[in-house]
Amino acid sequence: MPFIPHTKEDTQSMLDVIGAKSIEDLFDEIPVELRAKPLENVPAGRSEMAVNRLVRQRAAEDVQPLCFIGAGAYEHHIPAAVWELTTRGEFYTAYTPYQAEASQGTLQLLYEFQTMMAELTAMDVSNASLYDGASSLAEAVLMAVRANRKSKSKRILVPRTVHPTYLKVVKTITQHQGITLEMLDYDIDGGHLNIDTLPSEPGDFTALIIPQPNFFGVLEDVDALTDWAHAHGALVIGVVNPMAMALITPPGEWGTEEAGIKGADIVCGEGQPLGVPLSSGGPYFGFMCCAQKHVRQMPGRIIGATNDLDGKPGYTLTLQAREQHIRRSKATSNICTNQGLLTTAATIYMSLMGPEGLRRTAANSHANSCTLTKQLNAIDGVETIFSRPGFHEKVLRLNKPVKEVLSALEDRGILGGYDLSAEFPELGNALLVCVTETKTEEDLQHYASSLQEALQETLAEVSA
Amino acid sequence: MSPEFTSGIKSNQLIFEHSATGRTNGAQMVEDVASASEIPEGLLRKTPPMLPEVSEMDAVRHYTRLSQKNFSIDTQFYPLGSCTMKHNPRACNTLALLPGFLGRHPLAPERFGQGVMACLWELQEILKDVTGMTAVSLSPMAGAQGEFAGVAMIRAYHDANNTSGNKSERSEIICPDAAHGTNPATATMCGYKVREIPTNTDGDIDVEALKEVVGPQTAGIMLTNPSTLGVFDRRIKEIAQIVHDAGGLLYYDGANLNAILGKVKPGDMGFDVIHMNLHKTFSTPHGGGGPGAGPVGVSERLKPFMPIPVVGKDVVGKDEGSFRWLTETDLPQSIGRLSAHMGNTGVLIRAYVYALLLGREGMVRTADYATLNANYLMARLAQAGFDMALPSRRATHEFILTLKRQAKDQGVTAMDFATRLLDYGFHAPTTYFPLIVPECLLIEPTETESKETLDAFADVMKTIQEEADANPELLKDAPYTLPVRRLDDVKAARELNLKYSPAKD
Ligand SMILES: Cc1ncc(COP(=O)(O)O)c(C=O)c1O
Repeated sequence: MPFIPHTKEDTQSMLDVIGAKSIEDLFDEIPVELRAKPLENVPAGRSEMAVNRLVRQRAAEDVQPLCFIGAGAYEHHIPAAVWELTTRGEFYTAYTPYQAEASQGTLQLLYEFQTMMAELTAMDVSNASLYDGASSLAEAVLMAVRANRKSKSKRILVPRTVHPTYLKVVKTITQHQGITLEMLDYDIDGGHLNIDTLPSEPGDFTALIIPQPNFFGVLEDVDALTDWAHAHGALVIGVVNPMAMALITPPGEWGTEEAGIKGADIVCGEGQPLGVPLSSGGPYFGFMCCAQKHVRQMPGRIIGATNDLDGKPGYTLTLQAREQHIRRSKATSNICTNQGLLTTAATIYMSLMGPEGLRRTAANSHANSCTLTKQLNAIDGVETIFSRPGFHEKVLRLNKPVKEVLSALEDRGILGGYDLSAEFPELGNALLVCVTETKTEEDLQHYASSLQEALQETLAEVSA
Repeated sequence: MSPEFTSGIKSNQLIFEHSATGRTNGAQMVEDVASASEIPEGLLRKTPPMLPEVSEMDAVRHYTRLSQKNFSIDTQFYPLGSCTMKHNPRACNTLALLPGFLGRHPLAPERFGQGVMACLWELQEILKDVTGMTAVSLSPMAGAQGEFAGVAMIRAYHDANNTSGNKSERSEIICPDAAHGTNPATATMCGYKVREIPTNTDGDIDVEALKEVVGPQTAGIMLTNPSTLGVFDRRIKEIAQIVHDAGGLLYYDGANLNAILGKVKPGDMGFDVIHMNLHKTFSTPHGGGGPGAGPVGVSERLKPFMPIPVVGKDVVGKDEGSFRWLTETDLPQSIGRLSAHMGNTGVLIRAYVYALLLGREGMVRTADYATLNANYLMARLAQAGFDMALPSRRATHEFILTLKRQAKDQGVTAMDFATRLLDYGFHAPTTYFPLIVPECLLIEPTETESKETLDAFADVMKTIQEEADANPELLKDAPYTLPVRRLDDVKAARELNLKYSPAKD
């Protein structure tokens, strides 16, 4: 029997100990009228060999061309050791480390993870993960409402440069708490949130969200925005790409001394760039860091160092009084199972890359993006839209409908980017193109020449 | 050198303590290109983060050693109640990690995702059948997010059906006192007040108490059946009737379906919405705290509100037989999105592979043997002199043992038994949950354990009881043989130390 070790004799002797005649007897407390009809839409069991064949065929269908799509999920090289170690049975098949003495491996690793994330973001503390980037932003909004005790308004200022899907998720998750999400438009030239467009009159704002880089790949004016928020009594929620943090000012250092308080208050984001494959969208992991003073408002697991009976150092889940299994209806969040295995991969990834490896990956991605943008700009009918510097994504305007161009690129073995024209119609035929360190010079040239051909081809079709 | 050291490295050294400035992994590093930067000086990072600087071998040794400090299903019996720690078949992992699935960008056009979408669509169909629900959305990323989706759908339903055209006045969700903590926490996140109802001494819900709290303010009830007490609530139909008569809906916490697979369908019990924990019943690994997957199944009336995306299959037209994402356009009343893409897709693929390997007969057998193992272990422990919380009831996939007597007579607690078990190489059962049973151990053996393992566990429990009789202090100081002795949780919370800082000299 698949995955069941019992022999006939075992079953019989076990029933004898229980004092039941058959296994069926063990279900005698279930009212007869509730007993299910046989399963019909579950196929008959198959051997591992047969399943192997079927699923391998399916996976082979999905092999994709050269990918220049980013928009929140980024392809980076992952050292082979990362997943070799992560899928070791002792990590892979352990539960949440409730029983600390029997889980020191996972607990110490998570303590190392928290240290690395706090370092990367320059924040005081980190939790041990949330589900993904989008839901981490929703949790950050809920947390800001709890943490900003001076603010009564539950008004959250949200730039339109936040990932549009994240915004949808924030709406889904926070909509029952009387929170208002106030949208702030972006600067049409810079592609960023212009400080001059923020409300000028004083008011009660709970928090300002600052994406870095923003959805367009553009770097926001984080210092000015942070100072503005703090001057208006609002908390700063940074939603950041952790890979970019190896290169650019981390949220813990946003703002200027003049404002009195430096740094973001809550930082969250998608951890996928740190050692997690694209994986058709998941599992990834969300992360969250914050200033020490807000730690008791943080959702999710937190690991702390302590000592054992002999005074030897060890690790354990801490501040559990925030969590659902203790606080129930008054918990900071309902989250329980999170994304432990992915943080395992990220911790090992960051260890292998080190500060220099991570910085070079980020710098290389940035440089590749600049190189490609230059090549594409030279093509007739292509222009960069925004003037402000970016990280590794650029918005381009084409003189043809993006959908058709992308489809022509697909025929040339390229996924050309993310089509912005539905969500940002004011930008016209706008395409978001991402390049990471994984692309070679030939890849970039292939993209440039294919785009040129694709634009000509679509022109030919349109006029034909 | 003491066993505290291996090859000169202290056994509890942190990765940061292996670090040496300037040590790098040449093979994994790309070329330096600092000069190509268009990022202005003011936006550049000034000081690098303190990440480890170690060799590949340092990292491999360090994390291999750390892994060896864990208990896991691969190495130990792990009878953690309510967590269904069954064997994780290797094929599920191998196939989920195929390059076609791993390399696919989530926003790649649908035509480059037909393989994964076919798997997900079939999984939706399988889960519909298993739960007896009309439709399934796979997007929630764990049980608690499935609960959120379910209760949010209940709210959306009431709002949509409020004849006045305003939002519904229904403001309360009922939860039994034995409910998992995520249930009341979820109700709060959905803006509801939680009304708790008690459980009878026989483990079923107190139906009289339920009748008193239901009313026009009731939005719904969240129930687990088999309950967190490890028994099947025999009056479930009556409960469903009472709540439905008051206009409320029924939420089924299906975190633990192991004992009812192919035996009972929540849809038949009258439930309107259910979440399932695929990281329990469908054997996807727990990974030291996730990832999970918490799909939701819904009845006809909640179908329009399902979280998106859902996988759809075109049945007519030029794209017949091809799969596509159903989004806001297809489900305009949806509660919305819960993640940036399709939840924890890789977990869903593992569950799909597992379901194929089991097949319909395998599912029923899973319920059979999960139930047999639980009842057998319960009988063995009762014979050994332990007190069961509900001695007159059948166990389902799990059961509860209470050490109230031992706590009173000998001063040994459930935690003492749990930690002593570790010394014998068994992971501890769940302790102190559900909250309503004093000094409890919630024990869930699962179907994948053999009779020999269960016998060994029962024998060790008996040995520990004998130790408690002879010298209770022995238990209080356990464990003795693990990497650490019992840890000081109070110190951890009082003197918060949540990250490493290098010692300053
Ligand atoms: C009965 C019950 N409900 C809900 C949950 C929550 O599931 P998850 O941890 O996947 O969020 C669990 C498991 O932890 C559970 O045992």
